[in-house]
Amino acid sequence: MSTPRIRLPETAAPGDVIEIRTLIDHEMITAVSSSAPRDMLSRFEATMNGETVIAVDYANGSAANPTLTFFVRAEAPGDFVFTWTHEDGTTFTAEGTVEVG
Amino acid sequence: MTPITRRGFAALAGASALTLSAPALLRAQTAGRMVVIGGGFGGASAARFASIHYPEVAVTLVEPQPTFITCPYGNLILGGKRTLADITHSYDGLVARGIEVIHDRAAGIDPDGHSVQLANGTVLDYDKLILSPGISLRWGAIEGYDEAAAEIFPHAWMGGDGSQITLLRQQLEALPEGGVVGLAIPPNPFRCPPGPYERISMIAHHLKQANPTAKILAFDAKDAFSKQGLFEDGWAELYGDMIEWVPASLDGTIVRVDPGNKLFISEFGEEHRVDLGNVIPPQQAASIAQETGLTNESGWVPVAPLTFEATAAADIHVIGDANIGSPMPKSGYIANSTSKTAVAAALADVTGREAWADPVYFNTCYSHIGQDYGISVVGVFRPGEEGIAETPDSGGVSPRGPLAEKAPDRALEARYADAWYDSITKDMFS
Repeated sequence: MSTPRIRLPETAAPGDVIEIRTLIDHEMITAVSSSAPRDMLSRFEATMNGETVIAVDYANGSAANPTLTFFVRAEAPGDFVFTWTHEDGTTFTAEGTVEVG
Repeated sequence: MTPITRRGFAALAGASALTLSAPALLRAQTAGRMVVIGGGFGGASAARFASIHYPEVAVTLVEPQPTFITCPYGNLILGGKRTLADITHSYDGLVARGIEVIHDRAAGIDPDGHSVQLANGTVLDYDKLILSPGISLRWGAIEGYDEAAAEIFPHAWMGGDGSQITLLRQQLEALPEGGVVGLAIPPNPFRCPPGPYERISMIAHHLKQANPTAKILAFDAKDAFSKQGLFEDGWAELYGDMIEWVPASLDGTIVRVDPGNKLFISEFGEEHRVDLGNVIPPQQAASIAQETGLTNESGWVPVAPLTFEATAAADIHVIGDANIGSPMPKSGYIANSTSKTAVAAALADVTGREAWADPVYFNTCYSHIGQDYGISVVGVFRPGEEGIAETPDSGGVSPRGPLAEKAPDRALEARYADAWYDSITKDMFS
């Protein structure tokens, strides 16, 4: 479980708005209404060339298998890093590159 | 109340007593002409209903196939519980009722001129048109899935000439020992919401006996489905771990297929090799509805909830899977149930009789999960101010519970399902 999945185009023209889709399988157990131990991701962050393009905090209302789709304007080639952080500090990462030009 | 006129009484009496002789001659079909396009659950039901209750109207049914193969119970062919002949129906009964049945394809509709052009060039004039053309498959919506691909990865989602369901059955019989059956299941809305899951069940029913180490991987573009709890209970009880259902939120959406290499490719790029692939692609209304300009951007036909008259064209009433009937499902039963209201509405101005002011639309979808194991969902719907609404506190699904406790109910529902099939096909074709 907790395998990061990403989908982004391999190439884009300068100025294109590109769609990035992300998914991680994680049950997101709050333990609010069950005796199962709490098992929650706390944060998702995506960076492009080291700069944050989106960051999301998860809390008890977050659904299982969080999926996020967002858009980025591609002005220059982009190296993307996607990081999911568990409440216990464990991180899960995926990387991708979009060629622009 | 509709007064029984001398002419109407004579025609009704003639229809019941002398149907097999020459009913057309006994009827004065002078009130007008109703053309029906599509001889399936909507169209055949509409034509038959009109011929019985509006004998003063001439009814013509246009259907390209010489016989009708139902989608309901098609899955039972996969389970080895029915043959193609069992689900093939003749139009002879409708002909005997005095309905003119033309086996040709409707090539175009002229809504302003009130006429239908057939593929052979014939032009049929109508006063009222009942359009029940069914669905078309959105070729290319899943990359790589076109008509050629469907010869390798059958959809078996339209009755047609029976070749698709036959191909799927043959592939199932030829599955290597321990092989993988992959299904790609579309997003809503689509024809027969519980159908893919009954199909999974019937494939498992076959494999449990013929190929018990085989595996079924069902990839879904949704996160929930019709009668889900009941299906999942049945799968666990009857088939153990043979079936794995992969929802959209676990990367279940199949966006590309490679039939040559027997691959399904998911939204996030995972490649799944299958030995047998059943691709049920995204759908829209049949092409004639698109070409006539009746559909909106969704690809389906908006209709008035009380009459089923198309929003975009007067005197064309669109029934069955092609219309936007939400929250009603795209089912054969809804096509049958709504066909009668549509005919009554269409023929009100032609015959001077009243349309129905407060119609009710009924649906039951039965599904077979295994031997003597049936489940159902029931819905009751009415037209309202803002479209069609489910009647509060009506309907529902079969109660859940362990098989040890529910076996008699499941067996009864399997029998009810068989009886439903016999009844509705009689209401279409007898």
